[in-house]
Amino acid sequence: MNAKNLSRLAVYSVLLIAAFFFLVPLYVMLVTSLKDGAQIRAGNLLSLPTSLNVDAWALAWSSACTGVDCRGLKPFFWNSVSMAVPAVLISTTIGAINGYVLSMWKFRGSDLLFGFMLFGVFMPFQVVLLPMSQVLGFLGLSSSITGLVMVHSLAGMAGTTLFFRNYYTAIPRELVNAARMDGAGFWRIFYRIVIPMSTPILMVTLIWQFTNIWNDFLFGVAFSGADSKPITVGLNNMANTTSSVKNYNVDMAAAIIAGLPTMLVYVLAGQYFVKGLTAGAVKG
Amino acid sequence: MAAPLHIAGIRKVFGKGDKAVEVLKRINIDVAPGEFLILVGPSGCGKSTLLNIIAGLEEPTEGELRINGKNVIGMAPAQRDIAMVFQSYALYPTMSVADNIGFALEMRKVPKDVRTKRIHEVAAMLQIEHLLDRRPAQLSGGQRQRVAMGRALARDPQLFLFDEPLSNLDAKLRVEMRAEIKRLHLVSGITTVYVTHDQIEAMTLGSRIAVMKDGILQQIGTPDEIYRLPANTYVAGFIGSPTMNFITGTASSTGATSLFSFEGGSLQLPSPVQGKVTLGQRPEHIHLSDDASWRGQVTLVEPTGADTYVVVKTGVGLITVRTPPSTQVKVGDTVGMTVSSHHNNWFDAQSSLRLS
Repeated sequence: MNAKNLSRLAVYSVLLIAAFFFLVPLYVMLVTSLKDGAQIRAGNLLSLPTSLNVDAWALAWSSACTGVDCRGLKPFFWNSVSMAVPAVLISTTIGAINGYVLSMWKFRGSDLLFGFMLFGVFMPFQVVLLPMSQVLGFLGLSSSITGLVMVHSLAGMAGTTLFFRNYYTAIPRELVNAARMDGAGFWRIFYRIVIPMSTPILMVTLIWQFTNIWNDFLFGVAFSGADSKPITVGLNNMANTTSSVKNYNVDMAAAIIAGLPTMLVYVLAGQYFVKGLTAGAVKG
Repeated sequence: MAAPLHIAGIRKVFGKGDKAVEVLKRINIDVAPGEFLILVGPSGCGKSTLLNIIAGLEEPTEGELRINGKNVIGMAPAQRDIAMVFQSYALYPTMSVADNIGFALEMRKVPKDVRTKRIHEVAAMLQIEHLLDRRPAQLSGGQRQRVAMGRALARDPQLFLFDEPLSNLDAKLRVEMRAEIKRLHLVSGITTVYVTHDQIEAMTLGSRIAVMKDGILQQIGTPDEIYRLPANTYVAGFIGSPTMNFITGTASSTGATSLFSFEGGSLQLPSPVQGKVTLGQRPEHIHLSDDASWRGQVTLVEPTGADTYVVVKTGVGLITVRTPPSTQVKVGDTVGMTVSSHHNNWFDAQSSLRLS
């Protein structure tokens, strides 16, 4: 065995250990969710389920109890969907337009403005909780899904603007000038020339925003009402509802349900994510 | 439809206060309908800024600009009815070649069938019909160049602007596309302004050349005028390859001609004035001659095929002489040089301006 093979072996070993490390929890969750109560109490965490029992999944989805409410995760799941989808679309759209203006239609002070927006990326969100709740109250959007959509759209804007602005900076200015000479205006250049070139960064932003908003707990717990709690808050409450026996299989199934949409988004658009992160320049 | 272009007193200042930089200092140029005007100069001379001002991509600080008699200052680029070919071609990467060529027509709400017809006409003119369905990324440099010209041609504008369009091509393609641009100008007859830093492009393409330096128009004239009668030593040195030889010395009258004496030699020539002057003499107007009194040592022999350039070290620096390829001189030889009384360019030694 020569040195090249040896180093290859080392690389694969490290990769396998890392993969194992990250996959074991998922494996435990999956097998536990398919076991019945008796098998879980038997204690072997890593053993395969004796029978495929999907009762826990059905329970978690539609009839597990949070306090006295026994409708499962379903209402929370749809709350999250109706919060995340518009918030992702709005923050991505605003980010794309901001990035377009800040890179291709610079004006006096536009770089300063971008500097302030960058500040927003690094600001801890705890800082805005109190003022934001006042604003929501003022607008009459407290404890509503619309309010959460607004909060997430605003909170995500700094990041999405940064993504698009940096991506668009690499597009040659001559392209915009050519389109101006051809007779296209601000919006026409945006959706005919710039947007068609944006697929990779669009995918990055969509995944990024969806993951952030779907997984958010802080805003969800702070600004939601009884009927507008997102799934993260619902999951937390369900797992903390104490009854005589702890139904680990239901909790595991619920946790997987809560994480499934983000996993799905990665599987469907993940190839663009890596491409978009690495693609710097746009070649004509 | 050929239109005249009138540029009067154009100034452009970037920045404010102490940091203000005047990149264009009162430029006046009149371009006749159908003319092919070259703006040439070193980088930073303001030629591209002037082109952008004509295009409407930048506004002048001061001055007047008329296309076909109409004042276009403050008018958006699209309304000026001009087309531009960019250095990087600036083709829309996500559109097919056909859509690239038709985009301006689409923006002007030209009906689809008319548009398609025009795209094919232009493509036929440029021999790119087989490429219409391709994306710019699938084209070679020369093909992209053709598409960029097609995009400009499709609209049949009043004015064509070219911003160093050949600088991204290799030498062979450059010569080919140069001829192509000249042909298209002859066919279309559209008034053209062409920016380049390449003096050979300037000489071969232009019906008139405007030489710029430091935001000032140094000279404007036909290629022949610029080459034969340069207005100052800058223009004289910029146009022509190898560059013109300059000899600074003193002229003193000896009747019909003057004795022009300088470090390491003297020549009997018809100088227009007496005193300190600079003689500009192109390499083809200096001849090697064994019995001449002005002598120097050969430091370099450069054969180019058609001609051989001999560089001679003299008291006034290096002098380049064009000789037939049959020349026998070798590096290290001592040679004599004569200058005929024709084709002398006399410049004021102080102001560098032409004396005539």
